[in-house]
Amino acid sequence: MAQASGKSAGKSFFGKFGVHLAVLVFVVIWTVPTLGILVSSLRDKDQIIASGWWNSFASSTQTEAGRLPPPENQVEKDGRFVIEGNIFGDDPPRTISAFGTRAAAPTQYAAGETADLGDGVTLQLNEDGTFVLSSPVALEGSRGQRVYFASSAPPRFTTENYETVLFSEGIGRSFINSLTVTVPATVIPIMIAAFAAYALAWMRFPGRALIIATIIGLLVVPLQMALIPLLQLYNGVGLFFGVPSKTYLGIWLAHTGFGLPFAIYLLRSYMAGLPRELMESARIDGASDFEIFLKIVLPLSFPVLASFAIFQFLWVWNDLLVAMVFLGSGANQLVLTGKLNALLGSRGGDWEILTTSAFVTIIVPLLVFFSLQRYFVRGLLAGSVKGG
Amino acid sequence: MADLTLRQIKKAYGSLNILHGIDLDIESGEFIVFVGPSGCGKSTLLRTIAGLEEITSGELKIAGEVVNDVPPSKRGIAMVFQSYALYPHMTVYDNMAFGMKIARENKAEIDRRVKQAAEILQLTKYLDRLPKAMSGGQRQRVAIGRAIVRNPKVFLFDEPLSNLDAALRVATRIEIAKLKESMPATTMIYVTHDQVEAMTLADRIVVLKDGRVEQVGTPMELYHHPGNLFVAQFIGSPAMNIVSATVEKAGLVTAIAIDGGLKAEVPVATPDDAGGAKISFGVRPEDLRIANGGNVLFEGRVDYIEQLGEVQLVYLDIGRADVPLVVKLPGNSVLKRGESLKVDADPGTLHIFNADGRSYAREQTAAKAA
Ligand SMILES: Nc1ncnc2c1ncn2[C@@H]1O[C@H](COP(=O)(O)OP(=O)(O)O)[C@@H](O)[C@H]1O
Ligand SMILES: [Mg+2]
Repeated sequence: MAQASGKSAGKSFFGKFGVHLAVLVFVVIWTVPTLGILVSSLRDKDQIIASGWWNSFASSTQTEAGRLPPPENQVEKDGRFVIEGNIFGDDPPRTISAFGTRAAAPTQYAAGETADLGDGVTLQLNEDGTFVLSSPVALEGSRGQRVYFASSAPPRFTTENYETVLFSEGIGRSFINSLTVTVPATVIPIMIAAFAAYALAWMRFPGRALIIATIIGLLVVPLQMALIPLLQLYNGVGLFFGVPSKTYLGIWLAHTGFGLPFAIYLLRSYMAGLPRELMESARIDGASDFEIFLKIVLPLSFPVLASFAIFQFLWVWNDLLVAMVFLGSGANQLVLTGKLNALLGSRGGDWEILTTSAFVTIIVPLLVFFSLQRYFVRGLLAGSVKGG
Repeated sequence: MADLTLRQIKKAYGSLNILHGIDLDIESGEFIVFVGPSGCGKSTLLRTIAGLEEITSGELKIAGEVVNDVPPSKRGIAMVFQSYALYPHMTVYDNMAFGMKIARENKAEIDRRVKQAAEILQLTKYLDRLPKAMSGGQRQRVAIGRAIVRNPKVFLFDEPLSNLDAALRVATRIEIAKLKESMPATTMIYVTHDQVEAMTLADRIVVLKDGRVEQVGTPMELYHHPGNLFVAQFIGSPAMNIVSATVEKAGLVTAIAIDGGLKAEVPVATPDDAGGAKISFGVRPEDLRIANGGNVLFEGRVDYIEQLGEVQLVYLDIGRADVPLVVKLPGNSVLKRGESLKVDADPGTLHIFNADGRSYAREQTAAKAA
């Protein structure tokens, strides 16, 4: 302890500065994309296409196409046939900076200028969208004049995307599916692992070392290797009891199984680091193993329980593979990661849908992380530093 | 209200023997101190008494009942650990009440006992605090309070003061002594490596070394009549001076020749066959004094002086390689380094030990008793 603080006190100014700089870089790398997704998801879908999210607080300029009212609206005025009005109609007002009548030159004239369309026909388009089309002879035809204009709209933020995504795109349902998978898949392994970890840390019984060694061995078994045999086993058992093969129970058990070795390992090393005298004191006070576990070890292990909960929660929440294998792809079983994957295919170009769905997906991990973050680091250290 | 009997208690971890057959009788109400160098098995012995370690072989009786297989909580003991071992997530009150709550005693009784213990230890103000908000000394008192609440027949202390600073150690030592006085019927067993604690607290001291009992006796017995070289050097500070010598004439008074030339007569009987034997001759620094004519015991050059105020420790170079003779003299004696000094001692304070390190005086008493 004294040594460690001595070291940091002895660090040079540049050393500290370097650390701060590195931290800053990481913070920026982590937060900027998240912020980008959040901002994009709240923007109007047309503006997302027009400009990047970092410009979202400035007005966005976009080139639009419009059509003037058809010739039947013309009135005769001072010997000229005139159509007047506002090009935006009932749309939200924008500011026009330039306009044109040919697609090849959509910003030929500045706003307020009078454009000569040939044959004595003139068009004046003002900044606020009001226009005057004037012709020496009566205009004919059934369709109005085509007009192109560059308009700049004030930034518009909206929660429409969220409404769309949650209620009509099915993300809401997937969100609930994900929670249905994740919460039990986090709680069940913690409960099992806590008991196992206490027994492996503090109870003496034959074969204990062997069990610990086996668990450490299981830590390095790749999930992909065990997945299919596990599914077959589960299906076999399911068939025997006449249960369908793709159920929430199945995925809870699968995640529990994959999470347990790490959970037991992490909790055991933390619990083993608790002072032995505490358990002995409790034993002299007459507490049984169960009471020691419940009243002493469990409350003192809260940091590591929280830390494992974060790990497991994030991993299960972000998991796609196990969910694809153990759950169906119907609306009532498709989890968020699967849904996002599907959306990428069907709505690949709709950024407002994708960013919003992405943010809905990361909001829960973010909340979990920020509410439990102080246990996160402590728990990480617990595995390596005894008693940390 | 319990006497303890230990018969041939052995403890091994795997093939490693830690305790080699401890025999001990402890009377009810006694304050017993286990003392010995670090790693000698004091804690192990205490923990076998507590039931935290299984006894490999032998028999342990508390209040006449064999408790070898009785769990700790049923032995009528309470233990105070060196590290306090307070439950960090519980308040002082809950720490002290834990045992009674586990035993499902009634609330009013728990409350009464906890409050009473808190009163004795002046912890009443702190009952709502968590251990981390208390000082080391206060934590130690909570640990003692937790033991008192259990109302044990035997109190076990494992180096309870070694985590405290010097001043607090003295204060807490006195508190423990008073606590013992207020509970005359309670047996206390106290482990320490600090001989001052042992001397000041104990009714009887058990000196341990390498898992064996070296000697059992009252503090004064151990001081005046150490049974062997180890006890002689372990009890008393600075340690007893030991020099090798040869028996010139055995008998009721033994004449010896100290290596280096000088001779002495020690009023300790030696058997006739001891004539010519190599022995160890011991004398405590505080028993040495500046020779005033008469029989000089040692003669040497003052090598170094440690002035402690009321006394000074004088290191005499008497020609033994590296091992000076330590003499404790009044602080006001005027001495200079390099000066030559002659010292002697009251013959009654001299000790001789045979080649195995056993005290001749003790051999003698043992022989008489037999
Ligand atoms: N659980 C254990 N396993 C193996 N050896 C142990 C164990 N506990 C203590 N020992 C050994 O037993 C010896 C005595 O330890 P201890 O009783 O703690 O000594 P102390 O007199 O300092 O209290 C030491 O050498 C120690 O290394
Ligand atoms: Mg010890």
